[in-house]
Amino acid sequence: MINLTIDGKNVTVPRGTMLLEACRLAGADIPTLCYDPELKLAGSCRMCVVEVEGRRTLAASCVTPAEEGMVVQTESEEVVEARKVILELLLARHRLDCHVCEKDGNCRLQDYCYRYGVKDSRFKGEEPHFYKDDPNPFIERDYDKCIMCTKCVRACAEITGAFAINLKNRGHEVVISTAFDGGLKDSTCVFCGQCVMVCPVGALVSKVEKGRGRDYQTEKVRTICSYCGTGCTLELKVLNDQVVGVNSVRDERLSPVNRGALCVKGRFGWDFVNSKERLTQPLVRKDGELVPVSWDEALDYTASRLKEIKERWGAGSMAVFTSARTTNEENYLAQKLARAVIGTNNVDHCARL
Amino acid sequence: MTNSIKDLEEEAEVIFLIGTNTTENHPVIGYKIRQNVLKRGAKLIVADPRRIELADIAEIYLPFKPGTDIVLLNAMMNVIIKEDLLDEEFIEKRTEGFEELKATVKKYTPEMAEAICGVPAEEIVKAARLYAKADKAAICYSMGVTQHSKGTDNVFAIANLAMLTGNIGKPGSGVNPLRGQNNVQGACDMGGLPDVYTGYQKVEVEENRIKFEKAWGVKLPPEKGLTLTEIINEAVKGNIKAIYIIGENPMLSDPDSRHVEEALDNLEFLVVQDIFLTETALKADVVLPGASFAEKDGTFTNTERRVQRVRKAIKPRGNAKPDWQILCEVASRMGYPMRYDSPEEIFEEIRSLTPSYAGITYERIEKSGIQWPCPHTNHLGTPILHKETFTRGLGKFHPVEYREAAEMPDEEYPLILTTGRSLYHYHTGTMTRRVAAIDQHRPHNEVEINPRTAETYNIKDGDMIKLSTRRGSIKLKAKVTENIKEGIVFTTFHFGEAAANHLTNANSLDPVAKIPEFKLAAAKIEKI
Ligand code: SF4
Ligand code: SF4
Ligand code: SF4
Repeated sequence: MINLTIDGKNVTVPRGTMLLEACRLAGADIPTLCYDPELKLAGSCRMCVVEVEGRRTLAASCVTPAEEGMVVQTESEEVVEARKVILELLLARHRLDCHVCEKDGNCRLQDYCYRYGVKDSRFKGEEPHFYKDDPNPFIERDYDKCIMCTKCVRACAEITGAFAINLKNRGHEVVISTAFDGGLKDSTCVFCGQCVMVCPVGALVSKVEKGRGRDYQTEKVRTICSYCGTGCTLELKVLNDQVVGVNSVRDERLSPVNRGALCVKGRFGWDFVNSKERLTQPLVRKDGELVPVSWDEALDYTASRLKEIKERWGAGSMAVFTSARTTNEENYLAQKLARAVIGTNNVDHCARL
Repeated sequence: MTNSIKDLEEEAEVIFLIGTNTTENHPVIGYKIRQNVLKRGAKLIVADPRRIELADIAEIYLPFKPGTDIVLLNAMMNVIIKEDLLDEEFIEKRTEGFEELKATVKKYTPEMAEAICGVPAEEIVKAARLYAKADKAAICYSMGVTQHSKGTDNVFAIANLAMLTGNIGKPGSGVNPLRGQNNVQGACDMGGLPDVYTGYQKVEVEENRIKFEKAWGVKLPPEKGLTLTEIINEAVKGNIKAIYIIGENPMLSDPDSRHVEEALDNLEFLVVQDIFLTETALKADVVLPGASFAEKDGTFTNTERRVQRVRKAIKPRGNAKPDWQILCEVASRMGYPMRYDSPEEIFEEIRSLTPSYAGITYERIEKSGIQWPCPHTNHLGTPILHKETFTRGLGKFHPVEYREAAEMPDEEYPLILTTGRSLYHYHTGTMTRRVAAIDQHRPHNEVEINPRTAETYNIKDGDMIKLSTRRGSIKLKAKVTENIKEGIVFTTFHFGEAAANHLTNANSLDPVAKIPEFKLAAAKIEKI
């Protein structure tokens, strides 16, 4: 174990711990843009710089190992000044349109500019010109807002393994791009949206969620994806009794199966819930047509017909198909209905299909 | 799964994937397997007639002919026994029937397998060595293995291979079926099967029946019931008069749609409870509007047996109701009062009757799910099954012999049609086809054809073609690709307007599991 002092507090951490983690243990709120605990360290944004006594330059805490006896300041004048400069440099090529941005209120760049009072950039040159019109139906790529943290590139490679995107060009012209600079559709992209999940700003957003409500307006409900048997945890975003989006839950204690990773169906496939084609009223066939009726009518009719058939032909002439989609509780009741109420073991579902 | 999803990411050294297109059907599990290869150097053996994505990073790729799984698996065991790569201690202590297995697989030499499966003998030998020599080797499989007229035998062969090498009951190993739909594991666990109550308690065992009779306060039928495919067949014959279908769309998901249609049309009464007016609901006498997963509380059980909480986020749409409430209403009106105030109350009843769920409570799974068996409330759940013993004590080798598929290609139908799912759509498309973004991205069904096969028929990529079997034909676009073996064509069953199950075979069921032979039908193609 190693002992060090952070903002006047003594902390003890295991050898090999990075300063960033040690600082957070000490209760310091270190801003980060390129850091992600699940991805390889980039150490490139330098937002996480701290002052280490006896060192000439500020240290990027995410890539600096904690050492015995270190004395660290996380919010010194010099640190704050450095962070302001970084933010100004980022703003220089970031189109500021927070008023229409999907990420408003949920954007690291906005948060840190607010925190350090950075209003504008003294480094502004020509307007950013990296926007990529990408006609895929899932992900909008507005690189005029990209701050080049490379988290999307790393998530694509290190979580999904799709290797669809990478850095292109150098210096001022550096940008995120697919192999042949085309749309995601023509790359190895599988539209998992892991890149959207990690993007700290509004450069990558879900087209399916666009305009349906800002993150802070929505209530979040943690649940399980309803598509495949993997059973990924996700969070539904709810506004005015409508599902308006899906968030990842990255905490392994809450999302043990997928730690936030999702596939195209889980992340972008929730909209059927709001479909206009949803059934909203019981229907009964009358004169050959299915017509809307009250619940009482539908239920009484169902029960009396089922009873009639049971009396006439016996329980063995009846069957229940339960569902691999509905909950355990509902499956339990469905087989109970078949066995205890109708009186048959003719109950099955499409496990085999 | 005998093991956990995490094992595939962090423990397994070799993963043998047979009949699972993991990156498309279980994408997040696919990512984890890929990361295990990239970060930890795990080695993959991929056996699939289609060159699936993971084949690109596999150590060994075996594009075997559909329906010849048993030959391939037996040949691997033949090599393992011949080269003495087996786990003697495991066989000695934990299994029985080894001699019978040995006798059976003896004739399945790699050379014989090459002739039947169409993969080089050396590759089979290499695969056997790679799998057997690893400390921790996992097998994953999916519908590609089970959807055959002899799917149950295929699963026995897989289990034999795992036991032969001691790859069961320890981290990173196991026999791991990847279950298709979100709660297919739960539907089975809950007794949504004709022969068992919850937790696989057999209905034919008197003790079980008495227990449920007591709990439910009624007499229960002692014989097991009919399976789904049998029910359809009996309905065609007129012996089944009424069916109550919840959240299923057999018109698209079942083999030979015309046969299903005939069955449903023949009923006196059909109830369909669903969230959309599906192809099946259109046939119903009563349609009851249920709630989507976002509109109700409850639990799902995933493919690694993890029971997880589903939470209500919004109200049911319009006048729809949660399915559990509808079921209570129907039961009560039939004269069996059924009343629960919440899904949690139902869950309490489930766990009181189901030993493997007994220790799971809503409170315990508030944060993170628990893997059954979980016999009591201090038990942490079971990430790995069969650690010390098998359910029946010793693991029994069930040697299996190869039989030809029920329908083999012939002069008239010279190709093999095999069906499955794609990444973007799901099952019969009831949900995904109604997600605008997804349907926009993948609006049409396609049939995959090998370039040389395509050439024979003068078909080019993108051509509209007619794909036919003895059951019928559909029209769809050709996708010419090297990813599929010559003589085989592949399509998906998500699309009502070009439904693959117009083509599949309802008459060739697996004798035990009654699974239809989706993966294999004799077919022909024509340009139109
Ligand atoms: S959606 Fe997934 S595959 Fe596509 S670029 Fe983003 S991370 Fe990569
Ligand atoms: S698109 Fe987002 S995640 Fe990717 S580099 Fe730019 S800011 Fe970072
Ligand atoms: S997000 Fe994708 S992988 Fe995860 S459960 Fe849903 S469908 Fe399956």
